Amino acid sequence: MRSDPFGQRNTFIWLDNFINLFTDPLYLKSIVITLVFSMSTAFVAISFGLFIATMANRTLKAKPLIRTMLIWPYAVAPAISGMLWLFLLHPSYGVVAIAIKNWLGVDWNPVLKGRDAMVMVILASAWREVSYNFIFFLAGMQAIPKSLIEAAAMDGASPFKRFWKITFPLLSPTLFFVTVMNIIYTFFDTFGVIHTVTQGGPGGATNILVYKVYQDGFIGLNLGSSAAQSIVLMTLIITITVVQFKYVERKVQYAG
Amino acid sequence: MVEKTPILDALTYIFLMLGIVVVGFPIIYTFVAATLSIEEVSKVPMPLIPGDQFWVNIQEAWTRGDLGTQLFNSFIMATGITFGKIVVSMIGAFSIVYFDYRFRTVAFVAVFCTLMLPVEVRILPTYEMAANLFGPLQPVWDILHLNGMVSWIAGHDIEVALEWSLLDSYTGLILPLVASATCTFLFRQFFLTVPEELCEAAKMDGASAMMFLRKILLPLSKTNIAALVVIEFVYGWNQYLWPLLITTNPKMTTAVIGLQHLIPSPEDVPEWNIALAGALIVMLPPILVVLFMQRWFVKGLVDPEK
Repeated sequence: MRSDPFGQRNTFIWLDNFINLFTDPLYLKSIVITLVFSMSTAFVAISFGLFIATMANRTLKAKPLIRTMLIWPYAVAPAISGMLWLFLLHPSYGVVAIAIKNWLGVDWNPVLKGRDAMVMVILASAWREVSYNFIFFLAGMQAIPKSLIEAAAMDGASPFKRFWKITFPLLSPTLFFVTVMNIIYTFFDTFGVIHTVTQGGPGGATNILVYKVYQDGFIGLNLGSSAAQSIVLMTLIITITVVQFKYVERKVQYAG
Repeated sequence: MVEKTPILDALTYIFLMLGIVVVGFPIIYTFVAATLSIEEVSKVPMPLIPGDQFWVNIQEAWTRGDLGTQLFNSFIMATGITFGKIVVSMIGAFSIVYFDYRFRTVAFVAVFCTLMLPVEVRILPTYEMAANLFGPLQPVWDILHLNGMVSWIAGHDIEVALEWSLLDSYTGLILPLVASATCTFLFRQFFLTVPEELCEAAKMDGASAMMFLRKILLPLSKTNIAALVVIEFVYGWNQYLWPLLITTNPKMTTAVIGLQHLIPSPEDVPEWNIALAGALIVMLPPILVVLFMQRWFVKGLVDPEK
């Protein structure tokens, strides 16, 4: 549907909205941005979460205490997390920003530079997700039978080897699940981060797909295009869900 | 572990400490910033020792952002969503598991399809719906020429439009977020593990279906409900996009949205101390819920995966 500017007349235009969408360089750019953003956030959050969980799993005492100290960022709203990082990385006041400028000699300015803004939203989104991943990895590791690891230690496998040869493969279902959840999180729940921190800017450098739906629909009032973008996202998420459930079913069959 | 590796153990603890500090740094820093006065917070670099302006900043943020009303709204929204979700999905799962009716599979597939469909994807139709609940009925109304009929009955021309708007209301904030396939799934999974004998025994004792739900299933699913309460409360509290769209009146908006007005823009006086004090207030309730109900929280998060 295409509406005239006053919303008086609607014309049915078949699939033109979709055709316009996929020939629009801005939309294609937004797809690339979303992919970069999603992959980097998931990678940072997963690797950091896995690392801390491995460390926490090695300790004998104080596991509940450690868990308590790492769990709470999950309760912070994405919008507030964005706000905290906006302050930390603010080019004029932020401590981390000053540290980056002085120690690394990088001309840090997320307000003007697209790349820096991207780094900022990635950090703000990943921070919150680390604790989510941590909980899953720790639970997954604790479910691995101790006897397996002890047997490997008897055979003279070093701790690193034990991790890569036993813990990591046995953790792969958890890893898969966490990756899917992280991708869903970065695609959809990070709206708050983008809206508080960059508003899609500078120059559309952090304009991810979900933000574009909002921007085109509610600020630009191009309802047809916004709806078409929603449909694209919907297809995407249904695909992810189906793939995940296929995988889970297969896992159950193997176990049985 | 089995062997002694003192160096590696020491490294483990060091890395762990580093990890905790890295994760905790933003919050410590926020706290420090919230205790400083405006002159100190604008210093480059900002001092890392807490100042004495904590209460002043908290009060300022409270009054300027009207946080009292907004926290109350957030609370209503979060509890409403939590309660609604649990009730709806429990009854839904109960119907899918225990009753045999014609469109059961259809209902299940429909629930399955919406499993991970977040509000973010369906903002436009949901907004249209909320703006006018009778919207979908309007074409029917027009086709039947009911307007003509009404004016004929009334004897003069009147335009009747069906309208019932949920914008700027608690119902509007809560209702679109209540339907939840994830919770329905969790309850379904759990109901499937409840032994059939219980249901048969209840029937034999003459219990009706609702009685079975209330007297047997409800007590059995207590732990599941506790876990869901924590997760859904945090989810409801942290909603951003939906309250942003549906509320225009500052008196009706939630605290997370209201907080954004405290962030200083480049032209303003950089009162980050007040903005961050506000942030501290707003993020405290969900953090407390998570920390005090940690056991349920972890259980609720990890269990659906299985």
